[in-house]
Amino acid sequence: MSPTVSSSKNPINEFFEWFGDLGIFFWQVMRAAVTPPFEFRELFRQLDEIGSKSLPLVAAAGAAIGVVLSLETRHSLIRFGAKSMLPTAIVFSVVHEMGPIVTGLIVSGRVGAGIGAELASMKVTEQIDAIEASAVNPYRLLAATRILACILMLPLLTLTADFCALMMGWVSQALAEPISLYKFINDGFRGANFNDLLPPTLKTAMFGLIIGLIACFQGMRTRGGAGGVGRAAMNSVVLSSLFVILGNVVLVKLIIIFFP
Amino acid sequence: MVTTDRIATKQEKAEDDGNGPVVAVEDLHKSFGSQKVLNGIGLTVSRSETLAVLGRSGTGKSVLLKLIIGLQKPDSGSIRIHGRDIAGLALDQIGEIRKKIGFLFQRGALYDSLTVGQNVAFPLQHHTKEMSRSERAGRVRELLAEVGMEGDTEKMPSDISGGMQKRVGLARALALEPDILLLDEPTAGLDPISAGEIDDLVLRLEEEHHMASIVVTHDLHSAKAIADRLILLHEGNVVIEGTFEELQKSDDEFVKAFVRQSWEDICRERRV
Repeated sequence: MSPTVSSSKNPINEFFEWFGDLGIFFWQVMRAAVTPPFEFRELFRQLDEIGSKSLPLVAAAGAAIGVVLSLETRHSLIRFGAKSMLPTAIVFSVVHEMGPIVTGLIVSGRVGAGIGAELASMKVTEQIDAIEASAVNPYRLLAATRILACILMLPLLTLTADFCALMMGWVSQALAEPISLYKFINDGFRGANFNDLLPPTLKTAMFGLIIGLIACFQGMRTRGGAGGVGRAAMNSVVLSSLFVILGNVVLVKLIIIFFP
Repeated sequence: MVTTDRIATKQEKAEDDGNGPVVAVEDLHKSFGSQKVLNGIGLTVSRSETLAVLGRSGTGKSVLLKLIIGLQKPDSGSIRIHGRDIAGLALDQIGEIRKKIGFLFQRGALYDSLTVGQNVAFPLQHHTKEMSRSERAGRVRELLAEVGMEGDTEKMPSDISGGMQKRVGLARALALEPDILLLDEPTAGLDPISAGEIDDLVLRLEEEHHMASIVVTHDLHSAKAIADRLILLHEGNVVIEGTFEELQKSDDEFVKAFVRQSWEDICRERRV
């Protein structure tokens, strides 16, 4: 946990140093995560903190996305005379892209900032040093548990967002033109298969890895006082959101290749 | 090379048997960027002995403690704990050695999301799996009673004073019954009465537990009260090593200035 001393203030050097330090951090966390003793109690606490407590926010965001998609898509499809395609358009938009990416961004905002600020505060008040001095591996106790909780919870939160978006999409459409839930779901999922649901949902586990890893990394390398904590929280949100969006590009391409 | 290894092994064995020093630091160097903090210092501490490390702010006193417990890596030199050189050990390997060391941080470093009792229980939860929940709770009560905090088990660290936080930090440091106690500025930021209470507590604990202790401080009064020997650091080197009386009698200009200034500060604090 010794602080890394930058050899130069050159931004290009700092950019590569950041990736190098991130790689070393990831390796240390991986090594700590797969060797006993396992921190199950802390993992369950983080599953609750990251999963249960993000649920209302993700559900609300999903519901809003469902309404907006229904309103916007309806307007466009009517212009092209394809109104009957509305349930399919909503279901595919939500399940393929909107649900996963909105969940990723909401969680990177809430959880990324939370983890970044918490660990940074622990770092500047020497609490992480105190954990290490107590012969407890902080990579295992603090980082591995949070990253694993993010990986496990993101797909479940995505399913919640998808569900709320579809329900509100149906409500929104039913208010404009009556349609039963059965017909909406039946029309929406017609022609859908395993490849339409599972890969886009499971790709959010990768979002979880990105969010947890970057937030823990930014938090645990913080230096300075309150300013450092603020910077760590901000950087955790900005960088994890950015890497979620960039990672999504790669993941969508991979899904298209491997699950055509 | 073989002879050197044999000598080193013999030395490790002697230290591990309890005949040699518990902590032995040799030719220790540490820099941060271009700033040299420690420039080849050495020290030894034996069982039941307390060494005070004195020096002005920024002379690397806290860094020295962090090097001894392995929180930072030295640039060169050796640090032997019970005869085992820890300088090259990885994080997992150093864990066993850390269990034998209690560390009191300068600002307590209590875990702010845990209660006072949970803070003290933290090392026990991780390293005494054979202990039942009730045994652990009993041990926590015992430790808190030892530092006079038995009635504050359920309080949060933010609800207690700085002096009380240091007491809880001390109880946590003693949880695994260490052989070595490292104290980083135990009286810093405390009023003279609280500082005196902490000194008395440290002295009593050291006498009861027979630990080897290293106390980093710039408080000469505190050092005089609790230490058997003192070393004074200046510009990364040990300027003087000896008893408090030897420090007072030194002809070295820096030592004289440090002692004079320290006593003036203490007198000023007492007048206030």
